[in-house]
This record gives sequence, C-alpha cells and structure tokens, in this order.
Amino acid sequence: MSVTALKPREVPTAPSAGQVLPLPVVARPKLRLAGLGRLLAERVAPPVVVMTLLLVIWQVAFSGGGSGLPAPTDVWEQSRELILDPFFVYGSQDIGLGWRVLTSLERVAYGFGLAAVVGVLVGAVLGQSALMMRGFDPIFQVLRTVPPLAWLPISLAAFMDSRPSAIFVIFITAIWPIIINTAAGVRAIPQDYRNVAAVLRLNQIEFFWKIMVPSAAPYIFSGLRIGVGLSWLAIVAAEMLTGGVGIGFFIWDAWNSSRLTDIIVALVYIGVTGFILDRLVGWIGRVVSRGTAE
Amino acid sequence: MDQSYLKIDRVFKSFSKGAKTTEVLADIRLTIDKGEFVSIIGHSGCGKSTLLNLVAGLTDVTTGAIKLEGREVNAPGPDRAVVFQNHSLLPWLSVYDNVKLAVTKVFGATKTKAERHDWIMQNLDLVQMTHAADKRPGEISGGMRQRVGIARALAMEPKILLLDEPFGALDALTRAHLQDAVMDIHARLKNTMIMITHDVDEAVLLADRIVMMTNGPAASIGEVLPVAIPRPRDRIALASHPDYVRAREAVLRFLYERHRFVEAAE
Repeated sequence: MSVTALKPREVPTAPSAGQVLPLPVVARPKLRLAGLGRLLAERVAPPVVVMTLLLVIWQVAFSGGGSGLPAPTDVWEQSRELILDPFFVYGSQDIGLGWRVLTSLERVAYGFGLAAVVGVLVGAVLGQSALMMRGFDPIFQVLRTVPPLAWLPISLAAFMDSRPSAIFVIFITAIWPIIINTAAGVRAIPQDYRNVAAVLRLNQIEFFWKIMVPSAAPYIFSGLRIGVGLSWLAIVAAEMLTGGVGIGFFIWDAWNSSRLTDIIVALVYIGVTGFILDRLVGWIGRVVSRGTAE
Repeated sequence: MDQSYLKIDRVFKSFSKGAKTTEVLADIRLTIDKGEFVSIIGHSGCGKSTLLNLVAGLTDVTTGAIKLEGREVNAPGPDRAVVFQNHSLLPWLSVYDNVKLAVTKVFGATKTKAERHDWIMQNLDLVQMTHAADKRPGEISGGMRQRVGIARALAMEPKILLLDEPFGALDALTRAHLQDAVMDIHARLKNTMIMITHDVDEAVLLADRIVMMTNGPAASIGEVLPVAIPRPRDRIALASHPDYVRAREAVLRFLYERHRFVEAAE
C-alpha cells in the first residue's frame, strides 16, 4: 500500500515521426501485472486506509474507563467467538451469527420472492394501461412511504402468528418500488418493439416474455434492488419485535442482556449481508439485461 | 372489380387529440398489382408513413377501406411485413434469433425445426448476413441491421412487403448497396413491395410506379407516375437513360414546383 505506487507509470517517449515501429505486443504480460498492482493501489488501498483510520479514532475516543460504548479492542476481547466462528451451535437459542443471518435471509427470501413475482406482474399490467396507472399510482405513492414496522401490528392481527407476519411486512415493504419501476419500464418500451410484436401477432404471454421482460429488465431490476434493500431493513426491525432466532432478535436480546460488543459485531454482519444482497441483485440485473441497451 | 391485389379505397385518416382533430390523409385511392413495386414519395409530414401504417394495420382508417386480396385489413399481421425506418431489431436477441422470432411465430405449426432453421439461414443469405448470425444488433453496422430487418420481414413470407424509409438513416454508399439488394430480391422473389421514401433517385430507380403525395394536412395522392424502364436496372447505365431522366424531372417538378414544402405552415 505504498504511496509511490499511485504515481502514474512513465509514458514511453514517442518515436520520431516517419519511423515505423512495431506495436509493443511483447510488453503485454508485464503490463497486466502492473495493471493489477495499480488496481490494488487505486481500489483496495483507499478503503483499507480509511477503515484503519476510523478504527484508530474509535479506539482513542472510547478507550477511557468512563465511556459508555466499547472500543474496538473491547469488541475483539469480549465477542471474539462471534467474530471468528459464525456457524457454532451450542443450543437452540445459542447459535453463531452466520446461522442467524441465514434464518433472517430465509424470511427475506420468502417475502421478497413473493414481492418480486407479484410486483412484476402487477407492474406489467399497470404499465400497459395509462388509465389504471392513473388510478392506482396515488395509492402506491402513499403506501410506499409507510415505514415497514407500521405494517407489523396490522399483519400480526391478520395472521395471528409472528412468522407469516414478518414475511408479510417484508412483502409489503418491498413490493412498491418493484411495482412502480416495472410499470415505468413497461411504459418505456419503445413503440418500435410494440409494432414488431403487433406485426408478428404475439399474444399477451409471448409479448410478456419476449418483449416486455427483456425490454423493461433494467427498470425491473432497479426496482428489485431497492426492494431487496428495503426487505433487509424491514426484517431486522420486524425480528426485534417478533422474536425467533434471526439476526434482528439477536440484537434485541443482546441489548437486554447488556452485551454491547455483540451488538456491534451483529451490526457489521447486517451491513455486510445487506451490501452483498444489493450487489447480488445488481449483478443478476446486469447479466439479465445485458444487450437491452444497444 | 375486386381483381386488384391491394386496394386502398377512399381512405380518410384523422387523428384527434382532445377536442382538436387533424385530418392527415384525405380520399386516398390506389390499387396495387401483385408483384408490383410502388414508391410513395412526398415531403416530410405529408402522411406517407401514416399511409403505410394503415396498410400494415398498425393504425385504423377513419373512413374507407383497405383490402388485400379482397379481404379487409383491420389489424397488423405477418402477411404485411414491415421493414421499419429504424430497423426495430430486438437488441437483446442475436441476428439469428431476431429472424427466428418471426419464423417461429409464422411457421411454428407448418414447418419442422430443421426446416425453420434452413428458412432462417436462407433469408439471412438473401441479404448476405449469414456471417453475422450470432452477433447482436448492437455489434453490427446500421446498414447490416437494416439488412437483417429486411431478412426478418421476408422470412414471414408476406403477401406484401412494406418498407418505411428503410434507408433514410444510412450513408449514400450503404444505401446504394441496399437498394441493389432490394432490387435483386424483388427480381428473384417477385414480391409486392411498397416503399416510402423522400429520395427521388431511390423512388425512380426501384419503382414500377411512383405515387406522389401532396402536402398535408389532408394530404392526398397528387400524381401517379409509371416508370417503364426495363429491369434489371443498373444505376450507372440509368444515369443518362432518357426515361430515367424524364421520370426524375417529373418527380422533381411535382415536389419543388407544384407542391413546394412550406416550412412551419401551421
């Protein structure tokens, strides 16, 4: 992570005019290695430096005896096991954070999966009809601003059980951006593609799979990406109230038994998982909608 | 009287936007024979694309009727394939798959898979695009895309091929190549073609008859000029051919003397 590596590579001196020189093909493998070094220096070094710096500041600020929050070294000393072994099982309620994240992810998978299917279908139907869109849009715009947890009491009342309630909260939180984006994507299908479909007499189902989904894919996936982020926000909050073995409940439980360092480890887990989810959906979207934009 | 292949009979077309109604086409009457190549020329905004869309069935006539082989046209269909101005290939499909989409839809029930494959390749070969079968539209040039657009339309084995200013966005050299390709296809397949254009040379070179449209609103057919130059036509030999020069002059006179385009007429 040396600073000198950031210096631009020296540009070879230009050959004098009129001289015919072969292209430097031989230098290729060397270049690739240098490129890797540069990539490390440009992409990996800055976040590592910043993180180290923040950890040092945190350490200095909270290492005194009177501070209410633990310093990084306290976290390491008291919660080492949680950090080092995400998949231990000591009892039905005493399991590693990896397992807890997986339990939460399972709920997200149900809720978000349902939201994705329903959202894309509803969005596709609404996007086809300007009239329906005008009718439903205000309702969506209002409902989508309702915070996830505000849905919880109503879904508890409806389902009388915490598990489906948590899944419903995820569903209802994630579905709005998916519907709204899909509808926007469908409305943005160029008239040319519609004409092609009309000349070929594609039926509704063929039109959906062959024209609508590929054409609206970038929109659909930006909706899914927002949706998956919201799902993850919602599950952690919902689990705090509904209990179970998820990562959200773990935080609540740790707070009740004053294990602050465990909370900090759990926060990192949640953040990293959310980040991975976001990138995963983004990556799938890029693969699927490859070629949609010319 | 229903002997004609395509009959456009007293067609009026108006668009209404809110309370305002604009008449675009007025009293269009035209009959086209089987195997005939007709060019429709006129200034931009005269409604020639609207006329093509009416024949394609993409928009409905306000009054009047369009009949193909005696049957009324009121919806789009593969018997009237369209080559669109901007090629309209689906960018997420390869060249092959773009044509395949049309072939599967039209011949899915009547041809076997192997026959369909042969048919796709045959049509790509017709426009000399077999080499790029696996490429996506984004990876080939504008002229090539337009060739694929033609192949896709031809692969539907349409009764009538509608070309909507297909070469408008291409450079002059590419355009000449594609015009030759279209003439060659027309000579080989003897299919009926209607081509919208604003290029006088293109109209005269390709067409058996040139339909000249007056300026809109409420545009109608101003004149119909038969082009009796024998085929095959060669663009170089034609440049000094008296019939060609006369036809060209007639179209130019129509467009620039009698129906001068007035910018911002509204």
